[in-house]
Amino acid sequence: MTSLAKPRAWERFFWPVIAVALLLAVWHYSVVWTGTKVFPSPLDVEKGVAELAHKHVLWADIGDSLRRVAAGFGLAVVIGIPLGLWLGWNSAANQTLNPVIQILRPISPIAWIPVAIIFFGVGDHAAIFLVFLGSLFPILIACVSGVASVPPIYRSAGRNFGLSTPQLLARVVFPSALPQILIGARIALGIAWLVVVAGEMIAVDSGLGYLVIDSRNSGKRYDLVVAAMLMIGIIGLGLDFSFRRLERIKSVRWGLRDAS
Amino acid sequence: MPQTEAEIPGRVPDPIQGTKLRVQHLGMTYDRDGQAMPVLEDINLDVGDGEFICLVGPSGCGKSTLLNAMAGFLSPTSGSVAIDAETVKGPDPRRILVFQERGVFPWLTVEGNIGFGLSKLPRAERERRIAHYVKTVRLEGFENTYPSDLSGGMKQRLQVARALAVNPDILFLDEPFGALDSITRVIMRGELLRIWQTERRTILFVTHDIDEAVQLADRVVVLSSRPARIQQILTIDIAHPRNISSPRYLELRDELLKQIGLAYEI
Repeated sequence: MTSLAKPRAWERFFWPVIAVALLLAVWHYSVVWTGTKVFPSPLDVEKGVAELAHKHVLWADIGDSLRRVAAGFGLAVVIGIPLGLWLGWNSAANQTLNPVIQILRPISPIAWIPVAIIFFGVGDHAAIFLVFLGSLFPILIACVSGVASVPPIYRSAGRNFGLSTPQLLARVVFPSALPQILIGARIALGIAWLVVVAGEMIAVDSGLGYLVIDSRNSGKRYDLVVAAMLMIGIIGLGLDFSFRRLERIKSVRWGLRDAS
Repeated sequence: MPQTEAEIPGRVPDPIQGTKLRVQHLGMTYDRDGQAMPVLEDINLDVGDGEFICLVGPSGCGKSTLLNAMAGFLSPTSGSVAIDAETVKGPDPRRILVFQERGVFPWLTVEGNIGFGLSKLPRAERERRIAHYVKTVRLEGFENTYPSDLSGGMKQRLQVARALAVNPDILFLDEPFGALDSITRVIMRGELLRIWQTERRTILFVTHDIDEAVQLADRVVVLSSRPARIQQILTIDIAHPRNISSPRYLELRDELLKQIGLAYEI
């Protein structure tokens, strides 16, 4: 099969399944051959998932993590998009605030954990705050650059039809920048999922991140640790997959042709 | 409209009935790297109501600048533009500028684009107008299609429909067919003439295509090279539909080529 040939329908599923099977095999035999007593084999992990599901902690933890991501990411969307549109539109405001944004942006949300605990105490709000911080900047940056790349013709046309500035932002600038904003939001959602796990290890006592650290601390249950990690990976994939569905909507697809 | 359908085919350019647009001593100077660069100099032009004017001139002479100044997107350095004796101070839905390409909104369907300027109208009236202009530019069956699935010619027809839907007095067209292939361009000229004859708007049309100007215009305004002045105004006294191999057509075409300094050169 050359790279130009279109893969057949069965190949699209067959090869990825083989790759996963190979990984599981390498994992399994590594555990067997090294004779480790600490690290679990895939079968141990599978039993661990079953045990967690049976005790109902798994669903509760998944629910808690997703809820925190939804709140933090949602807040970042609600605040980040209008703020980003305004900054992209108003270059004086952008010049004023850009240094602050550029200094805050490279600070890992993990470094904010102590501060978040001072602000909000140990609990949901601290975790949501961390998720919010992690997802705000990608959305903000995507908005500002999305607005900057709106073709001047669209603005002129909007003005010609008598739109005021708020109308122009809502009816021309926002839809024109939306494909880029969606790309930023997708990156933000990925970061949100990374951050919630890290935040839950320290700032709260529920969620998948807490499950990882708790399984280790209470009895070194590494089968449960890896089981929780696996769930984190699968749910992260699910989130990205669902978000990509948004990019198929016709009113944004025009701007995403060469995006993967 | 006083004009009836029956009179249209044999239509000869009317004598100017009332001035729609008046350009007086218009000058335009750009600031390029701190140096003043004159683009337009002392432009004087009266356009009659319902007239079809083509602006031609050498590439980069300032045709588009003049059009943008008349449409209110640029304010002149000196002189003035007045429409219905009212000085133009900015863009206005009563006069719509149609761009060369990529002027339609890709996030809206054909219907959404045509209805873009109609949000203040009641729903029924908006839908009636959309349906009317979908028909006018022959995009029936494409109402819910997005521009990315339309051809270049269809996109330009859509842009014209979006402009006409808000019922403007004047259409400014900035090389609207410049990006189309030559066959589509000829078809589009026919379509534009048909629309102009039924809708009766004043049209100012920038083109670099001599044939386009002679086929479409009542009068052709020839601009000189930069800084542009009006070099000549040529009245095309041929009735529509124009026979493009008639002696008069060729004569006017030659005259225009001579004005631009290109006659008999190829």
